[in-house]
Amino acid sequence: MSDMKQLYQEVILDHNRKPRNFGTIPGANRHADGHNPLCGDHIKLSVNVQDNKIETIAFEGEGCAICKASASMMTGAVKGKVVQDAEIMVEEFRGMATGTLDPETQANHLGKLKIFAGVKDLPSRVKCAILPWHTLHAALNAEASISTEGEVDPVPGTGIGEE
Amino acid sequence: MSINSSNIGKIRADFPILGLQVSGKPLVYLDNAASSQMPQQVIDRIVRYQKEEHSNIHRAVHYLSELATKEFEAARVKVQHFLNAKESREIIFTRGTTEAINLVMHGYGRAFIGKGDEIVLSAMEHHANIVPWQMLAQEKGAVLRVIPMNDAGELLIEEFEALFNEKTKFLALSHVSNALGTVNPVKQMTAFAHRHGVPVLLDGAQAAPHQPIDVQDLDCDFYAFSGHKLCGPTGIGALYGRAQLLEKMQPFQGGGDMILSVTFEKTTYNVIPSKFEAGTPPIMAAIGLGAAIDYLNGIGIANIDAYVKELLNYATERVSAMPGVRIIGTAKHKAAVLSFEINGVHPHDVGTILNEDGIAIRTGHHCAQPVMQRFHVPATARASFAFYNTKEEIDKLVKGIKKVQEMFS
Repeated sequence: MSDMKQLYQEVILDHNRKPRNFGTIPGANRHADGHNPLCGDHIKLSVNVQDNKIETIAFEGEGCAICKASASMMTGAVKGKVVQDAEIMVEEFRGMATGTLDPETQANHLGKLKIFAGVKDLPSRVKCAILPWHTLHAALNAEASISTEGEVDPVPGTGIGEE
Repeated sequence: MSINSSNIGKIRADFPILGLQVSGKPLVYLDNAASSQMPQQVIDRIVRYQKEEHSNIHRAVHYLSELATKEFEAARVKVQHFLNAKESREIIFTRGTTEAINLVMHGYGRAFIGKGDEIVLSAMEHHANIVPWQMLAQEKGAVLRVIPMNDAGELLIEEFEALFNEKTKFLALSHVSNALGTVNPVKQMTAFAHRHGVPVLLDGAQAAPHQPIDVQDLDCDFYAFSGHKLCGPTGIGALYGRAQLLEKMQPFQGGGDMILSVTFEKTTYNVIPSKFEAGTPPIMAAIGLGAAIDYLNGIGIANIDAYVKELLNYATERVSAMPGVRIIGTAKHKAAVLSFEINGVHPHDVGTILNEDGIAIRTGHHCAQPVMQRFHVPATARASFAFYNTKEEIDKLVKGIKKVQEMFS
């Protein structure tokens, strides 16, 4: 549980309080909606891709601190990246959050995003952290909306809905 | 004997899990509305059954089968007395409240509710008392009518009464709301429904653990509850059904034990309650439920009721005095549940941070999404109490909420 303390550290709380790249981009050419029905987390992503590069990216939405901070930091991390590199980060982030990639021992491009490594010990919160990244993947692949309850469910059976 | 500071320690000592450390802190278990904990007496009873009494029931003539049958049926009588049902054959063992409601939907609803008929539910139902009726309505072309509630989370009785007409065929209602804690005036509402000839199912999942239940006094036609919310095992619950209704209902599942005779041409169904208990039941869990009822009776349900109300009042007083915290569900009559939201903090963050201090609360929509929509929140944080909780634990909750507010300020 010591990872939990690391999860809610100042960087994440700060991004939750003052999310970066918050809003919409007029004339963006990629859009996607991400929804986590169990939590009510909802992310609207708009991305402008020019010459295979993410020129600008912004998000709007409501969610828990983990989800909002993850979205905020993601937008900063992928801005200026070519699409293929952003997709690699989607995979790496998903791997880190679900525990299949150890960012300390395995090569990756996550950098500051390693701050989210602690969610792997909180299965019910993994979806919150991953939602923005799934939404980015959907936007880059021209899927209009995704839900973490669908086939992309990263951790089956950890729904928070049962009584 | 009433529960108080001088005997609460002795009660807590019955529950081994309450001695657990979580995140290096003593466990503060405030998620009792989801599932309660099990005392050593029930654990011991289950172990004794498995070690000394287990066999299949209602079948063989050997010693163990006779013994297991006797203990299983004794558990049924305990449930009968727990609910003050007239006869033990009115008690059907189910997997829990959800299965009990589904049983009524299949056995009664599919036989007696048809096209254009109306089923009345309340706005505060758990999904378990919405979805089965919605499935029935879709299958039969029936219509769901919803009793609205006010901002305190109290049902609007005038509007409830106005819903009734000649098409109304069923009322399905929670006794106590799991998301809001509201205690509904179910006796009065049942009497009204009966004046229109409408049978009534009460979802007692949240009421049975905390207050004396008397199905004859309530005069309901069906009453459902779960064992694991009253210190028993999971996988067991019970449905009370009025004998005359159970007798004319269709079986729920087909299989062994629910038959009198079977040929490939025709099956004659067994009498109640066996008609509704196809296959080998969860014998161990049923006997465990019987032991849990014995345990609760030993303390006294009325004493539990009084003490848990005292805890709820204390928690309500403390939490409502906190700036930036809103209690969701402020009905005049409430039981055991304190749902709240902290301004600017998502409930899931609240839950995760409280867990760091060993405090277990529930966060989410509590399987009552229409309630969340009614109060315009995506989710709530919910502390729910049992008779083994203490005011000191509520103080820890309050301290935890303050810590969350400081982190997010």
